[in-house]
Amino acid sequence: MDYAVRPGLPAVRPPLMKRIADASAPYLYTAPALILIVTVMLVPLVLGVSYAFRDVQLLNPFSGAFIGLDHFRALSQDEAFFRSLRNTLWWTGASVLLQFAFGLVLALLLDKPFRGRAIAQALVFLPWAVPSFLAGLNWAWLFNPVVGPLPHWLYALGIMSQPANILSDPQLAMWGPIVANIWWGIPFFAITLLAALQAIPRDLYEAASIDGAGAFQRFLSITLPFLAPTIAITILLRTVWISNFADLIIVMTNGGPADRTQIVASYIFTQAFKRLDFGYASAVALVLLALLLAYSLLIVILRQWLLSKD
Amino acid sequence: MRVKPALLTMAHRLAILAYIAFALFPLFWLLKVAVTPNDLLYSEGIRLWPSRASLEHFDFVLRHSAFPVFFRNSLIVSGSTAVVVTILASLSGYALSRFRFRGKYWLVTLMLLTQMFPLVMLVAPIFKILSPLGLTNSLTGLVIVYTAFNVPFATFLMQSFFDGIPRDLEEAAMIDGATQFVAFRQIILPLTLPGIAATLGFVFTAAWSELLFSLMLISGNEQATFPVGLLSFVSKFSVDFGQMMAAGVLALIPACLFFLLIQRYLVQGLTAGAVKG
Repeated sequence: MDYAVRPGLPAVRPPLMKRIADASAPYLYTAPALILIVTVMLVPLVLGVSYAFRDVQLLNPFSGAFIGLDHFRALSQDEAFFRSLRNTLWWTGASVLLQFAFGLVLALLLDKPFRGRAIAQALVFLPWAVPSFLAGLNWAWLFNPVVGPLPHWLYALGIMSQPANILSDPQLAMWGPIVANIWWGIPFFAITLLAALQAIPRDLYEAASIDGAGAFQRFLSITLPFLAPTIAITILLRTVWISNFADLIIVMTNGGPADRTQIVASYIFTQAFKRLDFGYASAVALVLLALLLAYSLLIVILRQWLLSKD
Repeated sequence: MRVKPALLTMAHRLAILAYIAFALFPLFWLLKVAVTPNDLLYSEGIRLWPSRASLEHFDFVLRHSAFPVFFRNSLIVSGSTAVVVTILASLSGYALSRFRFRGKYWLVTLMLLTQMFPLVMLVAPIFKILSPLGLTNSLTGLVIVYTAFNVPFATFLMQSFFDGIPRDLEEAAMIDGATQFVAFRQIILPLTLPGIAATLGFVFTAAWSELLFSLMLISGNEQATFPVGLLSFVSKFSVDFGQMMAAGVLALIPACLFFLLIQRYLVQGLTAGAVKG
């Protein structure tokens, strides 16, 4: 394959063995990674799809029969599932928007050079490195009136009538994981947006201020248009990622109280892990996959439409 | 006219400080409760620092609990995953960076797709596949699963590092008679050492943090990784906050060390795996 790109050497053809070795080289380099991905991700994916149409229960050795669409029929009657769908929208929307808003402000703050910027940057990005289970536990403890300060502060500010744990309040519980997720996810947005900000040519700003543009005007007419593609891509990808991100919820509330914080991803995990009903879990997972595919397709179409408009 | 820039600078520094405080406060609180002796925990409630700090919780956790075992298990799993992933990703990243070959487009697409779909889907089938092989409740099983999950992202990361190295180097070596693999191993790899370190760090951090699969695949205390051990500890002894938080601080240490190591490469890493955390 290398010879096609080098047409200068047609006369001396290397021996057959060497040609075979050269042609197979890229496959040899990629084979270990590819084999692993196929066996550990693709095969289970296909198997999981088949479970959705079978009765697979871990503790029942007689299960495994093909049951057609029974799981999906049960699913269409499953109140908990529909609640988890609504919760997923709420969880994803609030998390992504707030992570993005705070991340953008942080990136803008860090874009200006100032003394101690390297240290400040390392400190504000630190939450990204905190393992998600620990971030979840840490925030659960902060919300706990026994050891955490947050309920007491909220009470002192008059926001709460008594220092209670919002994680056990059905109306407010979802805010717990969302706040933890914001804390944990701001660095991701800030880092990506900061990289995009620093790629904007500086002389554009100078030219604009010579022309008399104020700071806000410069932001609107230079910064935002330059950032727009990065913003769009990060938000779209992050939406998918966060809607699948169940760690914080499983650690902080386990879906409770009364399923008020259950999202689809944590519902799948609970079905598989607690009830050991692999068939039903796979059916829910298949629905989630279909929804995510539809979402991705929508984005691709939207992108095509935007491109064709220009 | 002079006052305004000074005020703006002030506001800017204050905003930065507010972000730093928000980022560090939870970790500070973790440390604070971990060093608060039990008799002061409830009486001094929300004081910012206890009137008397002690390391008794750390002492207990290190000597009388199973946490050292969890810690060791997590180190083994994350360390092995990081090493294996980095080796595989160096090979495949090099191929993506240097060769044009049939199927390359599909390989890249496949790797990108694995970053997009919900891994939680695989919890049940992977359990079913690993169980008859004796790989559930085993650290080896976890390493295999984590390696597969992290290879795609690490491949893109390594590819970005290889792309930064001029081709002339290995072409010169190959004219001198070296095979491409020898040139790769002896010339290119040493030049990518910082990239290799960054990949090791990213994968280690990811494996150290993984929760769902370790919960599903590991059941006993013997093979428990840190997240599994900590969560079972929380559900069993949920009153002993000091000890739990001391354990939490311990879990934080490797993550922070690796964060320092890879800090400079965050941008590259996050764009390579844009969809990963």
